[in-house]
Amino acid sequence: MNAGKQPTLEVEDLRTHFFTKAGVVKAVDGVSFAVGQGEVLGLVGESGSGKSVTGFSILGLVDPPGRVVGGRILFKGEDLVPLGEDRMRALRGSRIAMIFQDPMMTLNPVLRVDTQMIEAILAHRKVSKAAAYDRARETLMRVGIASPDERLRSYPHQFSGGMRQRVAIAIALLNEPDLIIADEPTTALDVTIQAQILYEAQKLCRETGTALIWITHDLTVVAGLADRICVMYAGRDVEQGTVDQVLDHPLHPYTHGLIGSVPSRNRRGARLQQIPGMTPSLLNLAPGCAFRSRCPRATDRCEAEPTVTMRGDGRRVRCFNPVDADVSA
Amino acid sequence: MSVFIIRRLLQSLGVIFVMSMIVFFGVNVVGNPVDILASDDMTQEQIQAFVARLGLDRPIYEQYWYFVLNALRGDLGNSFVFAEPALKLILQRLPATLELALASMFLSVVIGIPLGIYAGLRPEARSSKVIMASSILGFSLPTFWVGLMFIMVFAVMLGWLPSTGRGDTTELLGIQVSFLTWDGLQHLLLPAINLALFKMSLVIRLARAGTREVALQDYVKFARAKGLSARRVVLVHIMKNIMIPVVTVLGLELGGVIAFSVVTETVFAWPGIGKLLIDSIQLLDRPVVVAYLIITVLMFILINLVVDILYSVLDPRVRLKDVKS
Ligand SMILES: Nc1ncnc2c1ncn2[C@@H]1O[C@H](COP(=O)(O)OP(=O)(O)OP(=O)(O)O)[C@@H](O)[C@H]1O
Ligand code: SF4
Ligand SMILES: [Mg+2]
Repeated sequence: MNAGKQPTLEVEDLRTHFFTKAGVVKAVDGVSFAVGQGEVLGLVGESGSGKSVTGFSILGLVDPPGRVVGGRILFKGEDLVPLGEDRMRALRGSRIAMIFQDPMMTLNPVLRVDTQMIEAILAHRKVSKAAAYDRARETLMRVGIASPDERLRSYPHQFSGGMRQRVAIAIALLNEPDLIIADEPTTALDVTIQAQILYEAQKLCRETGTALIWITHDLTVVAGLADRICVMYAGRDVEQGTVDQVLDHPLHPYTHGLIGSVPSRNRRGARLQQIPGMTPSLLNLAPGCAFRSRCPRATDRCEAEPTVTMRGDGRRVRCFNPVDADVSA
Repeated sequence: MSVFIIRRLLQSLGVIFVMSMIVFFGVNVVGNPVDILASDDMTQEQIQAFVARLGLDRPIYEQYWYFVLNALRGDLGNSFVFAEPALKLILQRLPATLELALASMFLSVVIGIPLGIYAGLRPEARSSKVIMASSILGFSLPTFWVGLMFIMVFAVMLGWLPSTGRGDTTELLGIQVSFLTWDGLQHLLLPAINLALFKMSLVIRLARAGTREVALQDYVKFARAKGLSARRVVLVHIMKNIMIPVVTVLGLELGGVIAFSVVTETVFAWPGIGKLLIDSIQLLDRPVVVAYLIITVLMFILINLVVDILYSVLDPRVRLKDVKS
């Protein structure tokens, strides 16, 4: 983030809970991060850690029984949490766009691709249909789709998963948003296309100053793409820092376990390792550190809820016994 | 597609053949039309001559054979009662039934779909629960009872609407219709609502179930993430998806509405084919009953074909399968 400049998005202690019949699911329960212009933030965590819910919270798309119950979401300095539906709708798809996790499900099966792209433009701009069509066509080419005219006339079921995801990415780009939230957008794509999309994403951020939140399981992707990493566990941010800091010297025992004990540049390219034990159920989570039952460094102190410690080097960690504590003690 | 249509038509011919046989012999077993048609003061000779004229003195299989031969030439026989071609009798009354059926379909769609979508979008709201409770009533109350209640309340007690007949009709494309005159429209309203209630309840339930399912889909959330208005999300993204099951079921039901408007037509003395059927069964007017059933089956087949075609227009995924096959 450029010093002194206001970040595009600042999330402060976000809490999003689902009030289900079985009890309260604290899907997001204390997450803070910031992304500036042209910056890429990797949001990493295992399945169910609350990454997608964080993304939906930013867009104001959490449906009942879910609700944002605490924290602030500052978009260019304005808090989105109390914002009315009309104002929020004007931002969605225009200033903040999201690419969903499952490309097979994100396009409406009964509407043609041109309809689904053109409506996204017309919802925000007073332009002619023809102009919107041209814009859609141009954007499809930008994400590497050949013969866009033919594609625009097709229905989603005529596309492969990878092709659909590229259409979804193109839709996110249509209105040149200030912030894109990409929820595992490359998982369904093959390696070459993945690389191409990542390259395009990075280029886009650098050129247009779009801020990008890239949600993923895959450290390979984050290592090559992101500037900063935010690691989530059980709805909380447990560790944050630059890519080099977090990957080379993980502080939180969870991150440490994911990356493996030997810090090395070669580790970039490794997928997250399996950590023994189960992700705790977010339903009626017991107090204390949520990672306790799986943590090799757990002590009696961990019965209490750890708070975030700010480090001098701009890093943040939520742990009583971070990995470098022995060294410094 | 055309192969599919031809196969469909051949199947239907088989159905019509089997059905005509069942009806022909079935009506014969139920009773002897001569007993009903011949008046008491006829002499034995007169009755014999009457029977011979109708061809009823021949063995039943021979009668059937002549019936088939004539039917292939488009002659479904003459009514015993009216001494007119059975087909003509039915075609004369078909417009009244079609008008009633289409009017009730129209009502069930334009009222049922909005109510169903509303209830599907707000499943917890009190108004939605009222809608769903009413739809259960619409399902379970017998049509003839509701019809009689309508007549009692709106025609007898309040005197707002007439209770019998079609009222004034005007000609539209060579067909007599009621809905273009004020008087005809008034006559149409009660029977149309009566016949629509069941269908409307069905549409409400289908639309609600569809909406609840579709509203949770990622593509609806994605549509919202694009910043579309709630109106566009509901009217385009949700509605287009729920129309698929609604059109299918309604199309199939249209055949049913036409065939079984019998009850409503009888209650409201609506001069359609349903009423003709009931009268003909009572008088054992075999040619009319057989002709009615054949026409009804033909209509069923035609409607199902149209539904299949509509279905492929609504759902692009079906279209692809057709191309492949
Ligand atoms: N509508 C809902 N009702 C109840 N709980 C929900 C609902 N939506 C999400 N959750 C819960 O919120 C938690 C976080 O879900 P989320 O989808 O954000 O995980 P994720 O990190 O994106 O995982 P994945 O990598 O599998 O996509 C999960 O435990 C899930 O059960
Ligand atoms: S707070 Fe305790 S249990 Fe939690 S990660 Fe740190 S050491 Fe492990
Ligand atoms: Mg997710």
